[in-house]
Amino acid sequence: MSDDLDDIILAELSDEELTLQMHDDLYDGLKDEIEESVHILLGRGWMPYDVLTKALVEGMRIVGIDFRDGILFVPEVLLAAGAMKGGMIILKPLLAETGAPRMGKMVIGTVKGDIHDIGKNLVTMMMEGAGFEVKDLGINNPVENYLEALESEEFDILGMSALLTTTMPYMKVVIDTMVEKGMRDDYTVIVGGAPLNEEFARAIGADAYCRDAAVAVETAKEFMAKKHNQMTA
Amino acid sequence: MAARIDDAALTERGLDAPGDPIGGRVLLLACGALAREVLAVIKINRLSHMDLTCLPANLHLYPEKITERVREAVLEHRDHYRQIFVLYADCGTGGMLQKECEALGVKMLAGPHCYSFFEGNETFAAHDDEITAFYLTDFLVRQFEAFFWKPMGLDRHPELLPMYFGNYEKLVYQAQTDDNTLKELAKTYADRLGLAYEYRFTGYGDLAKSLRDFS
Repeated sequence: MSDDLDDIILAELSDEELTLQMHDDLYDGLKDEIEESVHILLGRGWMPYDVLTKALVEGMRIVGIDFRDGILFVPEVLLAAGAMKGGMIILKPLLAETGAPRMGKMVIGTVKGDIHDIGKNLVTMMMEGAGFEVKDLGINNPVENYLEALESEEFDILGMSALLTTTMPYMKVVIDTMVEKGMRDDYTVIVGGAPLNEEFARAIGADAYCRDAAVAVETAKEFMAKKHNQMTA
Repeated sequence: MAARIDDAALTERGLDAPGDPIGGRVLLLACGALAREVLAVIKINRLSHMDLTCLPANLHLYPEKITERVREAVLEHRDHYRQIFVLYADCGTGGMLQKECEALGVKMLAGPHCYSFFEGNETFAAHDDEITAFYLTDFLVRQFEAFFWKPMGLDRHPELLPMYFGNYEKLVYQAQTDDNTLKELAKTYADRLGLAYEYRFTGYGDLAKSLRDFS
């Protein structure tokens, strides 16, 4: 996006200019610049939550739109995600200290037999950016891992990921086991991965199929809003 | 027909069907990644009543597009051929291609993907210790740069390598032909990806059986 980065001294930009520059730098996957800018904004007294939402999440939102529209591709998204992660590492401990709003809690993991985690990692990062607390179980998870995690703390959402046609049916094993144990209705279950679609999600009894990380965040927010409405009704 | 085969073209554009088929021929509608192998099976088994057309192999970078492209190709060619056989496995379509082929009344290959049917679907399914294996076929060795390295941005951003391949442990080269040049190349790619290397000769596996059965 930016052609004249060498001429820009980040510390000399106004808050508004720097925020816009961070959107550009995220788009360009410039991790060092993002980390520097995060420190600058914090040094100016910005709340960590504002740095997260106004600079990082908004920047990744733009990246997500251009990925969806075929303007950006996976490598560029991964570079942007790497830059955002750099900023998140700085902000995460500060967010906890400053009492940033929490949207909900999620367990996420790639299913048994599957080692692919790029999509899952993007979802994890975007969910954290949106204010969700996420427990990431990693890859190759048997049903026991999901159940153990769900029973260990109070969670709202279970997310499962699979990249292979041969591993995606395992999501049904997890959901069926949750039904058997009478715990299915306690959670919103969202699923994602390249070979999945809405029809499959419905067929296995998931609540939603999320085609990308941005959709996962919006879907999770909608379910949390519904849950709060039900609790207050 | 072999003279028309060009790997880069098979990746980017596919392969056109021969014009004006005469009298009850069968069309094989294949992924570009299978063209050489299909032509070899046709030749070995003298399946001279079969024509081949291919969709671009790089559709695999966008598996959600495969089903629609296959559907369009079947509709384009079905009036000119007695039968059409779709030479795709599920290929990441999550069962959608199978469903579409059933709706169109055409058969397709069994199995999840070419790594499986080249080795034999039953044999491949019996591997329960290979979830960390990254597979290459003859075609994918020849097209490694165009199919993986460049689309993944690794030519420009090698720092992304751990994000893509960090969970893999070995590269398995499933060879359809005994070719020392390809063996050396595959080993080079394993080294480049930081993976252990395993050579496994498969021949044409279930692809050959499926074509013979269909004929």
